[in-house]
Amino acid sequence: MKKENFLWNAVKTGLLGGAIALFICLIGMVEIFSKRDVIEKVLTLGQFVLLATAAGMGFVAARRTSSLLGDIKPLPLLAAGLTAGLLTGLLIALLVVIGNQVNLRAVFINASPALYDLLTFKKGVGFAWNLPAFGAVAGMLGAAFLLLPKFLRRPLSRALIALVFMALFSGLFRVVMINQGGAWIASAKYLFGQTGLTLPGTLIFFVGVVALTLVWDFKGGQAQSRIARLPKQSQLILRVLVYALIAYVAIGLPQVSGPFIAQVIVTVALFILMGLGLNITLGFAGLLDLGFVAFYAIGAYTVGLLTSYGQFGVQHIPFWVAVPIAVLVAMAFGAFLGLPVLGIRGDYLAIATLGFGEIVRLLAGSDFLAPFFGGPMGVIGIQKPCLGLLGPFLKVDVPRVCNGIELGKPQDIYYVAVVSAILIAFIAWRLRESRLGRAWMAIREDEDVAEALGINLVQTKLLAYILGAAFAGLGGAIFATLIGSIFASSMQLIVSINVVSLIIVGGMGSIPGVIVGAIALIGLPELLREVSEFRYLLYGLTLIIMMLAKPEGLWPSKTTLRELHHAKIEVDAKA
Amino acid sequence: MRTSLGERLVEMAVTGFLWGIRILFVAIIVLGTFFAVRAGKYTSEQWISFVVSGISQGSIYALIALGYTMVYGILRMINFAHGDIFMAGAFAGYFLATWLTGIGFVDGNPILGLLIPILFAMIISAGIAMIVERVAYRPLRGAPRLVPLISAIGASFFLEYAFRGLFGPGIYAYPPVKALEGEWNILGLSILKVQVVVAAAAFLMMAALYSLVMFTKIGKAMRAVSEDKNTAALMGIDANRIIVTTFAVGAAMAGAGGVLYALIFRQVHFFMGFTPGIKAFTAAVLGGIGNIPGAMVGGLVLGVFESIGPSLFLEGLGITRPYQLKDAIAYTMLIMILLFRPSGILGERITSKKA
Repeated sequence: MKKENFLWNAVKTGLLGGAIALFICLIGMVEIFSKRDVIEKVLTLGQFVLLATAAGMGFVAARRTSSLLGDIKPLPLLAAGLTAGLLTGLLIALLVVIGNQVNLRAVFINASPALYDLLTFKKGVGFAWNLPAFGAVAGMLGAAFLLLPKFLRRPLSRALIALVFMALFSGLFRVVMINQGGAWIASAKYLFGQTGLTLPGTLIFFVGVVALTLVWDFKGGQAQSRIARLPKQSQLILRVLVYALIAYVAIGLPQVSGPFIAQVIVTVALFILMGLGLNITLGFAGLLDLGFVAFYAIGAYTVGLLTSYGQFGVQHIPFWVAVPIAVLVAMAFGAFLGLPVLGIRGDYLAIATLGFGEIVRLLAGSDFLAPFFGGPMGVIGIQKPCLGLLGPFLKVDVPRVCNGIELGKPQDIYYVAVVSAILIAFIAWRLRESRLGRAWMAIREDEDVAEALGINLVQTKLLAYILGAAFAGLGGAIFATLIGSIFASSMQLIVSINVVSLIIVGGMGSIPGVIVGAIALIGLPELLREVSEFRYLLYGLTLIIMMLAKPEGLWPSKTTLRELHHAKIEVDAKA
Repeated sequence: MRTSLGERLVEMAVTGFLWGIRILFVAIIVLGTFFAVRAGKYTSEQWISFVVSGISQGSIYALIALGYTMVYGILRMINFAHGDIFMAGAFAGYFLATWLTGIGFVDGNPILGLLIPILFAMIISAGIAMIVERVAYRPLRGAPRLVPLISAIGASFFLEYAFRGLFGPGIYAYPPVKALEGEWNILGLSILKVQVVVAAAAFLMMAALYSLVMFTKIGKAMRAVSEDKNTAALMGIDANRIIVTTFAVGAAMAGAGGVLYALIFRQVHFFMGFTPGIKAFTAAVLGGIGNIPGAMVGGLVLGVFESIGPSLFLEGLGITRPYQLKDAIAYTMLIMILLFRPSGILGERITSKKA
């Protein structure tokens, strides 16, 4: 019976793949991604995405087949891969053929002739019938991947991921390398094209990554154990050297990369700040706060009102004095909002805090409070931080002149943001190890038990909430001075969702996880304009996939990992 | 239990603070109403028209709230993506209605021209909800409660931006239905026809749902599963099938609500589900979550409150352009209920197992 239904299985996988491919075409991904190349003049990103779908489906079909058959036989696996890929291609071909007869555009705005041209390589509708063949080849390749020996599979998949990554960021690497001048220019042009990797670049990176992974797989363990065998002192020196190298790169980076990259890094640092804050409330204490953006807004508005020389500036105190005040105000609001809602348990808390966040945004943007916060016009003309003598703490009508170094450009704010992020990460790390941190985790695990053990629930939760608010307030303060103006409309729920997502992706309760999550979810889409169009779609998908496959995150803290896997065993035992 | 002075002080502060909030809100409502009535800016007809539009608006909230309440009743989870299921229904209804209007069908048969898009929206919404349940919720059953909630938030964003990608970021205008233009004179009051039809349709749907849950075999199974999944399974009920049915029925209600919403506001866009979703959740909590008549009552109360609130007690306090804070009223209500009466108007006291 098993043998009979493996083909049906491949058909189902193929239809699913076709549905995914159609979805990718119709949301406009193919069209937008076609402007970028993976390999210049050979393969565009759009084509790559579709081929990868077919190949992935081939792989899945082959794996299902092998589990159905109970062993790995080349012929049925390849047949399954072929079927799945063929069907994926067939559905795309059908889209082209039907789309040429019926005007699908009345419903799907991306079903345009431009899309059909891309799918048929501008060779007319008849060419569409070749697509299933392409799909079948890709599906077979995907299936063949399963047949490779294990030691080859890892380097190959790594190399593919690295290639896509290098191709996506090729423009960036190219610019940075060309800025160096000299021999860099020629090598940049040899490796990277305008929109993707060049053919020689592709080969070099592919072979390089495969070779590196192979070497690491066979020799990496030895190197690690050799380092571990070194005397304590040399280990320390090695570690200091690594940190020094990182510090050197971090200090030099904005000078090399120019304002755009610096601004992206500042944004990432701001989200790291917020992430570390929410990590305390969500990751440590287990309180999901969907209104987190409120504290960010409060920090930003406080700095705005205290330093702006625009219409709404109350005072013109220097940035450095305004920041601690902003943090304190955010903390006060944390206490004010936290006191009532912390009695609410679990998922109700998430909705209640979401309500708070929206109320803050609505009030800040309303005409009612416009005389104080500028309403929809926002607060503008916020001072840049100034390294120099602190001026008088008074409202003056002319813009303050900075008698020192003005940190006006994004490259300068970069240092402020990065230093604050490091400082806050250190504080968060120390908090985590403290008595308070352990109390938070006890509450996260089981409120009732924690209370029985003598932890004051309200106090401890409130502290988590206040400290989280403080970190977000600091982030908002830096944001205000970076942009120079604040608008209520930029304080949307989506910011809170961003922060929640980056914590989930990085790993709840894990500090390096926050940093990884911020780079992955905030930094990468900022750098890739093509991807940023689909940013929130991918966020949603990421949240679901992370919850299904890896609820502990990419860089989990050790305890979370242990708990989750422990819990899983329990559930298995119950079932 | 021995408590230190500091802890007792904190406790007193919390209690005092909560009482302060209660008094503040009662004061706002009473004073605002007093000043508004004394100022006499609106005539009694205007007040009644506020109430009527509140009822028709609230009946849509009630329709959406049914989905929240039923899913919460069975799975104890907040289906964050429910608002986007509502949006999907509005889109489905919009495309079909545009096509039907284009071929002149709606003008010929106004009743069928309204019913067919609603039915189509119900089917599409139910289908999407079943897929979402299968992919994003079912594998996570039994996980810690934050996990399915986060997955639901992910599903919500995925749906929103998938619709944005598929159908574009623009705002679509729902085609006008000639039969619904103008007003009716009922008891000497002129009331917009759309509002009457929408409220009537919503009440019919709710009545149908209520009888489905109370008087049919599948409704009995739903109630059994929401009472105790394991025992219900022992009685031979396929819990998985019942859960999917619940999702589908709730989503169908939301989908119909989407078309009705589009009939009133005439706007369909990808983000339209968010605010009504949160408000419908408020309605569900207000009526007592898990309680079907509660959702209906909650929706109506919220709709009316939100509709008369800005003019009644915000304008009275001298707040300019109070309708900008309409949403804030709903959110404030949400927080107040969660704070002071989480069991809602009709809800039984929630035991810690259910809450």
